[in-house]
Amino acid sequence: MVKIILRDREFEVRAGMTLRDALRKCGILPEAVIATRQGEMITEDEILKDGEVVKLIAVISGG
Amino acid sequence: MRCRKCGGKAVINMPQHRLALCKEHYLAWLPEQTERFIKKYRMFTRAEKVLVAVSGGKDSLSLWDILHRLGYQADGLYIALGIDGGVNYSAESQRLTEKFAAERGLTLHVVDVRAETGKTIPEWAEATWRGREKPCAVCGLVKRHEMNRIARDLGYDVLATGHNLDDEAAVLFGNTLAWAGEYLLRQGPVLEERGGLARKVKPLCRFYEREMAAYALLRGIEYIYEECPFSAGATSLYYKELLNRLENDRPGTKLAFYLNFLEARRAGLFAERSEVQQALHPCPGCGQPTSAPGLCSYCRMIEKGRDSQV
Ligand SMILES: [Zn+2]
Ligand SMILES: [Zn+2]
Repeated sequence: MVKIILRDREFEVRAGMTLRDALRKCGILPEAVIATRQGEMITEDEILKDGEVVKLIAVISGG
Repeated sequence: MRCRKCGGKAVINMPQHRLALCKEHYLAWLPEQTERFIKKYRMFTRAEKVLVAVSGGKDSLSLWDILHRLGYQADGLYIALGIDGGVNYSAESQRLTEKFAAERGLTLHVVDVRAETGKTIPEWAEATWRGREKPCAVCGLVKRHEMNRIARDLGYDVLATGHNLDDEAAVLFGNTLAWAGEYLLRQGPVLEERGGLARKVKPLCRFYEREMAAYALLRGIEYIYEECPFSAGATSLYYKELLNRLENDRPGTKLAFYLNFLEARRAGLFAERSEVQQALHPCPGCGQPTSAPGLCSYCRMIEKGRDSQV
């Protein structure tokens, strides 16, 4: 499984799918986040592997 | 995905530009584009003094960083609003802003709203406008007044804010839903000097919010990640989400919405109102230009809130 973290929320998705598909599964708009893995930014075509943790940074602010 | 410039591993993909870049080339590309927009919209030159309104957020700190990298004379202005919201919001954003300035040897002016006016933003909101509601209207009014005052008193030629394309598109969306002609006429990358107010510019207005967050992250800029506690449920956030859903299905929609608006206005879609209707006069309270009869809206708010107890 792959763990996806956004603020205080956590999601789990199957390994082997792309980040784009994983975000869709979690109901997260790619435009609203930046994805990092081990501190490095990754693009949406990246394939997620078993045991990985993807940290999402919310990019939209009010005002 | 590969970087278009060097073929290395891309860290960001921008479908609206059909462009993916590695870290190094992204950090070079964004300031280059900013420089292009500063010139294209004739925002300012290297001979002019720029005051950057900094909030401690990703956009304004990145803007300051970019202008500094590009060699512009850019000083910062931080307005301490006195918002706590249980997360120490104002104090923490001030700390990050001061740290940013100190590390780079930049000049930062700090204005404390309570010291200037006797009340914090939440206290003014409580004292004047239907107390329990959000203080965003009061906050906007006070920030605008203080930015104008400092720019004028300290002799800055131009005031720069960190509004990104998502901010601009959300405002445009709201103004279009309301067909707010007066606002549509004034919205844009540059608001020319009027009645002695400094020119206002938005050098980041063509970058997606996501692009600005990526820049701050890749540059290692420490910004306030917490939201202003009053922004929860804000209409602007709702509009941003709607626009991002469109963007998701049709990449480039946000950018086209904004750029086509600018082009339509340039081509004369919105007519200026007559001279008489838009005449400005100096406010008898603070001297800043206003179109309202008598006191400006800032001074009316102060008047209304001064006597009430908090
Ligand atoms: Zn590259
Ligand atoms: Zn006034």
